[in-house]
Amino acid sequence: MPNKEDIALMAHLMRRAGFGATYDELEILAERGYDATVEELLQPEVQEPVDRYDLLRYHPWSWKPGTIQGTGHATWLFDMVNTRAPLLEKMTVFWHGIFATGVSKVDHWDEIVDMVDMFRDKGLGSYKEMLIEVAKSPAMLYWLDNNENHAGAPNENWGRELLELFSMGVGNYTEKDVYECSRAFTGWTITPKLPRFPMGRFDWSFEYREEDHDGDEKSFLGNRGNFNGEDIIDIICRQPATARFMARHLYNFFVADEAQVPAWQTVPPRDPEAIQVLVDAFVANDYDMREVLRVLFNSDFFKEARFSRIKSPVEVVVNTLRFVGGHEFPAPGIGNLGRQTGYMGQEVLNPPSVEGWHTGREWINSGSLMRRINFVADLVGDVNLPGVQAILGRLRGAGEMPPDGFVDMCLEQMGPLDLDTQTRQELIDHAAPDGNLSWDTPTQADLSTQRVSEMLQLIVSLRDFQYA
Amino acid sequence: MTTVDKKDPVLVVVQLSGGNDYLNTVIPYGNDLYYDYRPSVGIPQDKVLHIDNEMGLHPNLAPIRGMYQGGNVAIIHGVGYENSPRSHFRSMDIWHTCEPDDVGTEGWLGRVIRELDPHKENVVTGVSFGPSMFRAMAVPGVPIAVVENLEDYGLLPGISMADQRQRILDRFSRLYGPAIGRGPVMEFLGQTGLDALRGADILKIAPKNYSSTVEYADTTLAKKLKGIAQVHLAGLGTRVFYCDHGSYDSHAGQPSMLSVLFDDLSASIRDFFDDLREHDAADNVIMLLFSEFGRRTHDNGSGTDHGAAGVAFLIGDRIKGGQYSVMPSLKSQDLQQGDPVPNLDFRSLYTTILENWMLIDANPIVGRAFEKLDLVGA
Repeated sequence: MPNKEDIALMAHLMRRAGFGATYDELEILAERGYDATVEELLQPEVQEPVDRYDLLRYHPWSWKPGTIQGTGHATWLFDMVNTRAPLLEKMTVFWHGIFATGVSKVDHWDEIVDMVDMFRDKGLGSYKEMLIEVAKSPAMLYWLDNNENHAGAPNENWGRELLELFSMGVGNYTEKDVYECSRAFTGWTITPKLPRFPMGRFDWSFEYREEDHDGDEKSFLGNRGNFNGEDIIDIICRQPATARFMARHLYNFFVADEAQVPAWQTVPPRDPEAIQVLVDAFVANDYDMREVLRVLFNSDFFKEARFSRIKSPVEVVVNTLRFVGGHEFPAPGIGNLGRQTGYMGQEVLNPPSVEGWHTGREWINSGSLMRRINFVADLVGDVNLPGVQAILGRLRGAGEMPPDGFVDMCLEQMGPLDLDTQTRQELIDHAAPDGNLSWDTPTQADLSTQRVSEMLQLIVSLRDFQYA
Repeated sequence: MTTVDKKDPVLVVVQLSGGNDYLNTVIPYGNDLYYDYRPSVGIPQDKVLHIDNEMGLHPNLAPIRGMYQGGNVAIIHGVGYENSPRSHFRSMDIWHTCEPDDVGTEGWLGRVIRELDPHKENVVTGVSFGPSMFRAMAVPGVPIAVVENLEDYGLLPGISMADQRQRILDRFSRLYGPAIGRGPVMEFLGQTGLDALRGADILKIAPKNYSSTVEYADTTLAKKLKGIAQVHLAGLGTRVFYCDHGSYDSHAGQPSMLSVLFDDLSASIRDFFDDLREHDAADNVIMLLFSEFGRRTHDNGSGTDHGAAGVAFLIGDRIKGGQYSVMPSLKSQDLQQGDPVPNLDFRSLYTTILENWMLIDANPIVGRAFEKLDLVGA
């Protein structure tokens, strides 16, 4: 039998590398072992992919949502709730936050959904290949105006963000490099963007136009040549700054809340040694994401970083839906569920800017905090849902329990969540007036069910529960 | 609540989401070009609610016309900004953050609230009605009450038994209190949680204390405006209210779509002001109506597509009624990409509201000096 520490560590891994897990699942995974679970997470290919036809059969509107708001969200939520390859799906969210394109400008859900599908397809592969795919993504080409980047008249939007936000970070290149980089991507465009009306949206696709490409010599980061876009990406990936930049992103997403990207030039990493470990892994493995993640999840700095990140709205919503169960869809209500992360400040497919979302404490304001708490509390308070039933079953199986045992068992089931003495005592004080939890008579069982429901709601309202 | 002799000015924003069609809201019925451009959605002269020899309002805006005739409605023509992107989201962002060129991170009204209440003494200085906070209100660290339904607003509305809920909320406030806390982020979470709880606690008295002879319609907008009236009448010190109405994105089937929307909009606004007047609480309130952009000059057969210049309204007892700025030229040589060109920067409108109504310095909020309109009376 796995011990408590094994379970707690496994819960940590699943919160970070996936979308959390129920206690039943944790026991099975912990039995199998940490290393084996990491390996399984790193091999999504062996898992059966989510069947989108299941969704389409009941919600045909979710196919090619075009400009209809909210439908793309529902499709992705369906993927996240049902995936058997949670790390891959989590990496898809990771890439979407870095290579952030939004409907705000692209105004075409299908193209952004396609880009997200590409993240899922390439998410654990080579970062270098990913950059090339991103550079060819119609959503990105339009989002950063590369369709307006012409030989003789460069538009620097994409060229600049490629260096500033997608690879190296401010301070590691000159304005001249931005200009030369932009020249190298001239001719990378999308097939003619037909007017949206009167026929609706058309699919876009990448097109390379030789006649619009500036083939002359460029000088970029100390290299000279008649560079095209791929050459630029190749040079970018040879820069130590790039490995470091990506290492900080991975750390912020998987390990602990970091300063936000604009501050990276001046604020040192929270754990410089951890960043160095990840940088070395990037370089040694030629930017293979799978290898870098293997190093990350097996490192002590990861295992020790429990509850040191504030959950993103996507984590709040998806973790909860997977935890309570009964939301595998395709049931009615998916449209409304798809909008919830947006209400909490993370509208997927529509990040506020090219910088993606600010994370950590910036997820929280008085409106979003209340929304998070109410959303989770409503679900864990619903004693008919299978995940909540499972918790009730375990408590019932444990027989009569004093208030402190009752609180501890709820905390174990909901995390396990480690609380400081004072917070734990508050929960015990809350449970104490009703005495022991017992199930002997139907009246007692009813009361106990209600007490458990209330305790679970109180637990998910805790500040501590806002962390992953 | 502290009582003051002079009532503080209050702003209510009603955002018309989706791009409201300027030219079918304020109709240039005296201009033949209008009818040339709009064979399908043009409103016949005899249906238009005339406000002068050139202009009139949409037939379903009769209550607004009534208020206009009473001198309480300012119509602000040609509002917008340069290089209108014609995207709903980006355009709305521009209105919300007051940043037409860069991507802004702070909402303009969030800055206003920070200015009005720098020490966060009143967590309901700003109240946003809707499922999530409008970006216009969002500034990190500025508490805003985000209300979906006033009736069940608060933490854990799912717990229906009142005493059980009270017990759990009491516990919540202890758990979020300063006695328990480790590190700045935990303290920030604690403060934010208590702000939310306090906001809910304050607002819950509003529906209880309310009574009125005005019967609002049973529409989403009417309910929101009733909620705003309830909070305002409760005297809780709220200075900025926000809600939206729509969608006004009338690409197709525009005539019936706008009729329904305008009926709802104008009746709700009339009822709202009637309600405030009944309680002698209208004289310190103005309402701003705006939309992210206007629509194309030419119709597309059954609707209109995304355009540029729009129209805004300011309504209230202290508004000097009339028309401000002018409708941009509709001559084809004056159109840009088929749209009338904005001739009044939206930040002029904001500056007017901030300096002449809210009585605060607009410059730090809108970024620089803009011309003001003389539309606030004594």
